[in-house]
Amino acid sequence: MDFVFILQTMRTLLAAVPMTLALFFLSIFFGGLLALLVVWMRVARNPILSNFAKGYIFVFRGSPLLIQMFLVFYGLGQFGFIRYSFLWPFLREPFVCAVLSLALCTAGYTAEIFRGGLRAVSVKEIEAARSIGMSGFLLVRRIIGPIAFRHALPAYSTEIVMMVKSTALASLVTVWEVTGVAQRLISQTYRTMEVFLCAAAIYLILNFLILQAMALLEHRLSQHRRAVPRLP
Amino acid sequence: MWIIGVLGFGQQGWGGLLIAGALMTLCVTIAALLLGAVLGTMVAWAKLSGNAVLRALGNAYTTVFRGVPELLIIYLIYFGGSGAVTAIGRYLGYEGFLGLPSFAAGALAVGIISGAYQAEVYRGAFLAIPKGELEAAEAIGMHRGLRFRRIIAPQVLRFAIPGIGNVWQLSLKDSALVSVTGLADLMRTSQVAAGSTRQYFLFFIAGGCLYLVLTSLSDRLFNRAERRANRSMPSSLGQA
Repeated sequence: MDFVFILQTMRTLLAAVPMTLALFFLSIFFGGLLALLVVWMRVARNPILSNFAKGYIFVFRGSPLLIQMFLVFYGLGQFGFIRYSFLWPFLREPFVCAVLSLALCTAGYTAEIFRGGLRAVSVKEIEAARSIGMSGFLLVRRIIGPIAFRHALPAYSTEIVMMVKSTALASLVTVWEVTGVAQRLISQTYRTMEVFLCAAAIYLILNFLILQAMALLEHRLSQHRRAVPRLP
Repeated sequence: MWIIGVLGFGQQGWGGLLIAGALMTLCVTIAALLLGAVLGTMVAWAKLSGNAVLRALGNAYTTVFRGVPELLIIYLIYFGGSGAVTAIGRYLGYEGFLGLPSFAAGALAVGIISGAYQAEVYRGAFLAIPKGELEAAEAIGMHRGLRFRRIIAPQVLRFAIPGIGNVWQLSLKDSALVSVTGLADLMRTSQVAAGSTRQYFLFFIAGGCLYLVLTSLSDRLFNRAERRANRSMPSSLGQA
């Protein structure tokens, strides 16, 4: 074991962590917003909306993220109306393309997870809320939203770990995040094992911290389920 | 009209190559799933065993290979495997660089990853077997091999089918990453076709559609397998 080399590798790789985190947080944020829209369409009574949402979920869950990313990165620039529009300064950037495709993809998965959470909301609770006169947005904000989110949380944390891993694909559209830098180090030094171990350790620690945070959130959101200490 | 020419099967068409790429993707995924089944069974057995060392090793395997990006694991197997093959070659007297074939590297990498997911599927399926059945088998004097063959294996397979279907879909999509090693799978073929015709959008859409065909067909197949495996069971919640 060459500790000097490992230390140096670790330092190089850690410098790329902010890029991985930026990809992750931005795509989770935009993907989550998009997922809310898709799940709203999916459960709508209008058949056009719900079929569109079904198609969206089918396409983005059924094809590999890599092909979606290449479609956005290489494919969009082919069209004149995009190339000469106000969007081009943004879509020219690999980082924007990576975030866009990560968000589009995770929205498909997240929408299904949120729908599972919605189905776990018991009809009685909705009836109770309606009987005291809640309706529309208030019903969603006070009753359906919080209950569905809490039910969806375990599956959502799995999806979040998947997203941390998916940010690695951004290296293939020339965004220099941890995996991209690791690949460059491997091809420069041919010391696969050491570089791999350092990069793997970084991802494992990131995932561990994120899962810990999600578990804490779940704990906070399910206080009512734990036994209430009895008063003497 | 040019679309038919470019995507067709003629002299200028890429249709044949794209279909061949889809078949290659299918082959890599099947090889990976089989390898993953072997690894997954072993890891699940290790995690369920009473031995603390084996359990820790099993936990480490599933944590590492489910927590590290697939792309990184493919790099490790491809570059690391080539290094190992070269070292073996040198030991046997061959001087120079020997590469691990990209099909083998890809199937190995995706197989190792799918093994980690399959281990959890099999473990869950084993835990779903009612304890009473295992005790009953023991009570009438079946020993370990017979009990595994008659009681455990059939039920684990039945309970595991939905989970294996999920792992299959995951592996099918992971196999697209093997294209970085230069294997002419569907992803790589779409990329080459797109690059040489400059029709990026068209070929990535075509490749994506072929992936959708693969995933939806295999989804249907797994649903049928699940129905068939459960045909003798009373209908219950969550049946396909």
